[in-house]
Amino acid sequence: MNPTLDLLYRLADDQLILGHRNSEWNGLGPILEEDIAFSSMAQDKLGHSLQLYTLLHELGEAEPDTVAFTRNTPQFHCCQLTELPIGEYDFSLVRHFLFDHAELLRFEALADSSYEPLALVARKVKGELKYHVLHANTWVKRLGTATEEAIERMQAALEFTLPYALGIFETTDAESEIISSGLFVGEEQLQRRWEASISKVLAQTALTLPDLRLLTPVTGGRHGQHTEHLQPLLDEMAEVFRLDPTADW
Amino acid sequence: MPTTEAQILDWLQAVTDPEIPTISLVDLGVIREVRVEDDGGVHVRLTPTFAGCPAMDYMRRDVETTLRAHGIPRVTTEISLRDPWTSDMVTERGREGLRQHGLATPPKLNGGLLELDILEYAECPRCHTTNTELRTPFGATLCRAVHYCHDCRQLFEQFKPI
Repeated sequence: MNPTLDLLYRLADDQLILGHRNSEWNGLGPILEEDIAFSSMAQDKLGHSLQLYTLLHELGEAEPDTVAFTRNTPQFHCCQLTELPIGEYDFSLVRHFLFDHAELLRFEALADSSYEPLALVARKVKGELKYHVLHANTWVKRLGTATEEAIERMQAALEFTLPYALGIFETTDAESEIISSGLFVGEEQLQRRWEASISKVLAQTALTLPDLRLLTPVTGGRHGQHTEHLQPLLDEMAEVFRLDPTADW
Repeated sequence: MPTTEAQILDWLQAVTDPEIPTISLVDLGVIREVRVEDDGGVHVRLTPTFAGCPAMDYMRRDVETTLRAHGIPRVTTEISLRDPWTSDMVTERGREGLRQHGLATPPKLNGGLLELDILEYAECPRCHTTNTELRTPFGATLCRAVHYCHDCRQLFEQFKPI
């Protein structure tokens, strides 16, 4: 695939899928503020996905709604981390923390992308992502220094989630061209920045970051290989759209 | 006499934020450019406060309807991120409009980066104390945060700095 399309699909699909997962907290949050926070982040992420699908459309891909709602699992390029069910709040919070730290650093780097339309979107998105990271840090610090049960649950969630989080940085065949053309600094560079960024926050808690080099990243998502959880999500997301794909909303 | 850009901006003072009727889109900073074309048509460039703002289509429609009602033959609108919105784009009159609606105003960033510390200690729109704390950066809409005033012992909303 053309390196620009390859990069944009990965970015856009991550936003769309995690946005939908976050929206599942609507009405279920452990406290009202968290219900609203996850719903707001969902809305932000769907907005970001729309901006990115619009860039794809300008490059000749189908309309954003068509791309979002008519593809099936093998055509999605999101990392597997984003598609996992919301589970308990500890998992959703840790996923949000690990993903959005990478996301903020990613969009800060993309603000200097050689592809100007993407740089424009990134300059907008990175400011909004600061609020996502602020939110994640607040709760990770709060629960990561709270009761024994809270710390144990957060630690277990961290250990479960980290191998999936390492899958954020899975590369494709286009990686070397993406870096050499100045589209993006690349996943390896991003992962280094991310490790420093999450370590700084975790150091202020009772949580321990395991040695990441001893973990096996869960990959495949960037190449269309997904868990059994993605297709049911896609079916639910597209349920209304598919009733009448030509309807004007 | 052809319509001037100043006249257009004046007419657009009547177009308010769909959720905050005390602030115009011009004072909110969402309308970035107004251009009168050679044929008398008008082009308006808008930018969203937040990328996922669901109100953009309404804003666009309100701008078009208002200008047509003033006899502009052809109105085109564009949503662009070329000149991305920051809370510093809210004018003084706009900040007054936010206060009238009971919202705390965003602190000025003056081109600097958003330091998360400034999110604490927002000024309470009721009693003006800064004896307040940030409860959650996410509120009823994407552009609002929720704070708590220790003097009033009440929650209040703030238009978020970004």
